[in-house]
This record gives sequence, C-alpha cells and structure tokens, in this order.
Amino acid sequence: MTSLSSTPPDLTRRNLSWRRSLANRTSTLLIGLCVVLAAFPLFLVMWQVISRGGSSMSLDFLTEEIPRNYRTAGPGMGPAIVGTLFITGMAALIAIPIGVLGAVYLNEYGKNKPLARFIRTMADVMTGVPSIMMGLFIYVSYVIVIGEQIGFAGSLALACLMLPIVIRSTEEMLRLVPDELRQASAGLGARKWRTIMTVVLPSASSGITSGALLAIARAAGETAPIIVTVGLTYIYKPDLFYGQNTNLAAQIFRNASQPFAASQERAWGAALTLMGLVFLFTIISRIIASRFAIDKR
Amino acid sequence: MTPTATREAPSEVDLGGEARARRADRSFTGLVTAAGLTVLIVLGLILVTTTLNAWPAISLDPVNFLTGRTWDPNADLFGTVPFLYGTVVTSLIGMIIAVPVSIGIALYITEVAHRRFRKFIVTVIDLLATVPSVVFGLVGGLVVIPAITPAYQWFAGLVAPIPGLNAVFSETNTGRNYFTAGLILAVMCIPIITSISREVFSTVPETDKQAAYALGATRWEMIKGAILPHSFGGLVGASMLGLGRAMGETIAVSLVIGGSLGMTPNMFAPGNTMASVIAQQWGESSGLHTDALIGIGVQLFAITVIINFLARAVVRRAEIKMKGAHS
Repeated sequence: MTSLSSTPPDLTRRNLSWRRSLANRTSTLLIGLCVVLAAFPLFLVMWQVISRGGSSMSLDFLTEEIPRNYRTAGPGMGPAIVGTLFITGMAALIAIPIGVLGAVYLNEYGKNKPLARFIRTMADVMTGVPSIMMGLFIYVSYVIVIGEQIGFAGSLALACLMLPIVIRSTEEMLRLVPDELRQASAGLGARKWRTIMTVVLPSASSGITSGALLAIARAAGETAPIIVTVGLTYIYKPDLFYGQNTNLAAQIFRNASQPFAASQERAWGAALTLMGLVFLFTIISRIIASRFAIDKR
Repeated sequence: MTPTATREAPSEVDLGGEARARRADRSFTGLVTAAGLTVLIVLGLILVTTTLNAWPAISLDPVNFLTGRTWDPNADLFGTVPFLYGTVVTSLIGMIIAVPVSIGIALYITEVAHRRFRKFIVTVIDLLATVPSVVFGLVGGLVVIPAITPAYQWFAGLVAPIPGLNAVFSETNTGRNYFTAGLILAVMCIPIITSISREVFSTVPETDKQAAYALGATRWEMIKGAILPHSFGGLVGASMLGLGRAMGETIAVSLVIGGSLGMTPNMFAPGNTMASVIAQQWGESSGLHTDALIGIGVQLFAITVIINFLARAVVRRAEIKMKGAHS
C-alpha cells in the first residue's frame, strides 16, 4: 500500500486516532491473555500429573492390590483399575442401547411432537443434574433396597449420567443421515423398523460410537456417584454383584484427602492412570469421528 | 392397504407375513418410545425417591432445614444455610473469573486466531473439558494450595486498612477456603462456557461484521458494535449453564474448601458447599444424618434443574431471535 500524500481520505491504520488504536491493541492483548489463562491450568495439571504420577508408575502399581494402610508406602491400584473398567463398562452396556433407541424415537418417530420436544428439553436438563445426585438416587432406590453397596449400583448411577449425553449426541448423528437413504429403503419395501436397523443406524454408526466413547470417558472419571453407591475395597472384585468395589477416581479422592506422603503418592499414580484411560477413549473417539467426517464427503 | 394376495413373495426373498411385519413394526415403535420415556421416568424417580428418603430429616423441622444456620448432626440440628451460602459464593467467584475469560477465548477463536492456531486452542479447551474433576481437586489440594497461601496472606495484609474489603479478604492461615474453590470451579467451567459462546458468536451474520469494518471500525469496535450486542442473550444463557455446572461440582470442591460448617464473609476462610458436604460426611453418616444429606441433595437438584431450565430457554430464545433477524 503506497501512501497517497495528496488525496485527503487516508484509510490506512496509521490514520487511526491513538485512543481507538490503543483500545484495539489492548483488547487484542486481553483476549490473547484469556487464552493463556485457560491454557495454564491444563499444562499445570498435565505436568504435575505426569511428573509426580510417573515416579510411582510401574507394572506393580498397575497390578498389585491396594495397601490397607494409608501410611504404607508402595504400589498397588490394580483393583481400582479393574473396578473402573468393569463398572464403567457395565454402565455403557446399560446406557448406550437405551440412549440410542431413545434417540431413534426422538429423530425418527417423535420429531416435533410435543412429547419429543419435552423429552429433548428434559434430556438437556438431565445433563446438568449434578453427578452426586445420580449417586444419591441409586443409593435410595437400589442400594437401600438390596441392603449393600455393590459395583453394579455404581454402574447404574453412571448409566444415569451417560444416558442424556448418549441420547443427545446420537440424535445429532441421526439428523445427519440423508433422508434419501430412508426413502430408498422404504421404496424397496422395507418396514420402518427394518429401515432404521439396517440403513439409518449403520450409516450413523461411527458418529454414534464416537459420542458413546466420549460419554464413557466422562463417566470413567466420575467420583461422587461411586463413593456414595459402591463403597470401598482393597482387593480384586471382578464380580459387580458381590461386595463393595472401588474405582480409580474414588481412590484418588480417598488418598488425596490423607495427609500421608505414601497415600498421596498413590493418588498421583492413580491420577496418571485415570487420565491415560480417559485420553485414550477421547483420542479413539476423535479418530472415529474424523473418519465419519470423511465418509460424509 | 394393499391386499396380501397380490404380494406373493418368491421363497428366497422372504418379505415376511404382513401381520407379522406389522407386529414387528408396532413393537419396535413401542420399544423406542419406552427408551425415550426413560429420561422422563428417571428424572421423575430421582425427585420422588430422594425426597421421600429425605423426608424424615426435613419434616423434623422444615423451617430450620431451609433457614437454620447450625448443622449439628449429633443434636439433630440440620440447618443448611451455610452450605447454600458456600455454594452461591464459590460459584459466583468462579463465574466472575470464568465468564470474561471464556468470552475472551471464544472471541479469540472466532475472530483473532489464525486458522492453524485456532485448531490448537480448540483442542486445548477440549482437553481441559476431559480432565476428571477429581484430578483438578488433587492438583488444587496438593499443588495450588501450598503455592497460593502466601499470596492470600500478602493480599489480606494489603487490604487490611481498607474497611469493607478487609472483612471479605481477611487473615488466613490456610489455602483451603472459598476462594480456592472458586478458582478451581472457574477452570472447570471455562470449557462449557467457551464452547457455547463460540456457537453463539458463529450465529452473528457475516454481513454485520463486514458492514462494521466497512464503516471503518477497528476489530475491537466491530466486536463491541456488531458481535456483543447480537450475542448478549446467548452469552447470558452460556454463563448460566456454567453456573449450573459450578453449583453441582462435588469432588474437586470438597478437596480444596476445607470443610468447616459455619459461614463467614471472609473469602479466605474454610467453608463448605452443598455438594461437597454430602461427599465429605457421607462415609460417617447414618440414620437421620444420611437423610439430611440426601435432603441437601434434593435442594441442590431443584436449584440446578431450575437454572438449567432457564439457561436452555434463554439460549433457545436468543437463537430464534438471531435467526429471525438474519433471514
């Protein structure tokens, strides 16, 4: 841009009054500062968890049973890892089928009917219900009834948390399925349920899977519903229907609340394991989702 | 309906009997409707079962439960005001920090950042959302608190001569307090507020922005004149969703708030929130005490459901308004 010294309207940045230019620069700077402010805690968390958790990480840590005394130094989170996988897995088995079918209702049957709109709103509201409330709900309606805290109760609580997330994300994916597919299938003489099961759901499957994995990742890190419904154990309890159980998040909470170095050490190791699991699920979900985006094109 | 006689299918392509197919269709409709209704059933059951179980503790003295300031399970005194106070105060601190920062990030992503850097920031915010809350509590309790306590003491000394402020930020010997809880909540709410603010900003018509630039506006003036007025309603909704999340957060807060049962205007003093007191006292509670904790849960449930409901309504109304203005 060459300067045209003779023509009156100079529209370049140089002609900006200093107040306006200062306001513009300051605002850009402040907006950039916001990004730094948000990135800082993430890097602090990752750095601390990796450096402190890494020092207690070992094969023994992943497989040994949990020491009964907080003061005992040494490894052991095996039962918590198994508990996390089993409790969350069972929750997924409950929540994902119901959630997917519920989304089918919303997108294929209910559409804009008042009932469907109401369910949609309530699913959104349910996403915002505090996780500890799901724990209390399962405690009063299941744990009290059967008389003991078991792993399966934790699965039920986590399933309540996952349900609205699965419904809403699946519905988004079903909405992306082109109507031509449904019409083509109907034109071939397929009934509506067959169209849905063999055409609509398969073509949205990668998107549904990715949403479900995100829901699993979120549930795996939940603590509050677990400590309310599942109790505590130090040994391997692969049977969700017998005896108290535990998971990684609950172990982090217990061990971090203690003033002893040995237990805090274990909390850091458990945190590293848990974050590894959660990131693994998130990354797999991302990969599946990006595949889906390519398919769409 | 087509008569069945004309639909003689060849034997290898079995289209199924008409009646059977219709039955299959009907039972599938029933199945998916039932799945959809699960949401309503679960929400209803949550409200009914928890309220019923909390009733013995609430009915003991309903007025005291809602307005009492003393929580003493041994004396069967269940006043929940200190916890309500803690919840409100910590989430307000969290919101005061998180809302401007989140709006800033959303603006940075939509208006300022280069395309490649934009992706990086979106990933950072998404990662922040995947960190389990207990890990924030762990880092907050074991790393942030020891580091930040001297800063609190310095600040308390600084404002000591100023009346008013010295009551809000006064002497402290512990980092486990309302303010730390608010800080952690701010970090946890940033991802949700940012992502909704971004959606809101993306509905601002491109023509409005270009028009502002064409009138000679700087970027800041464009943001101030075109984007922010257009998105105000949506941003209010986004902040309320963040608020709902902050009020229900349990574990991270209970690891950093200390766990005192009183209430004080001093933000640098330990306290408790509704959600965290349930988590802290659950293990050693029984009988009426447990019922009272569930009662706190019912209160919390009601508050968060109302806030979420309002927030969704605000966001939706803002969306309709914006789309209407655009078309």
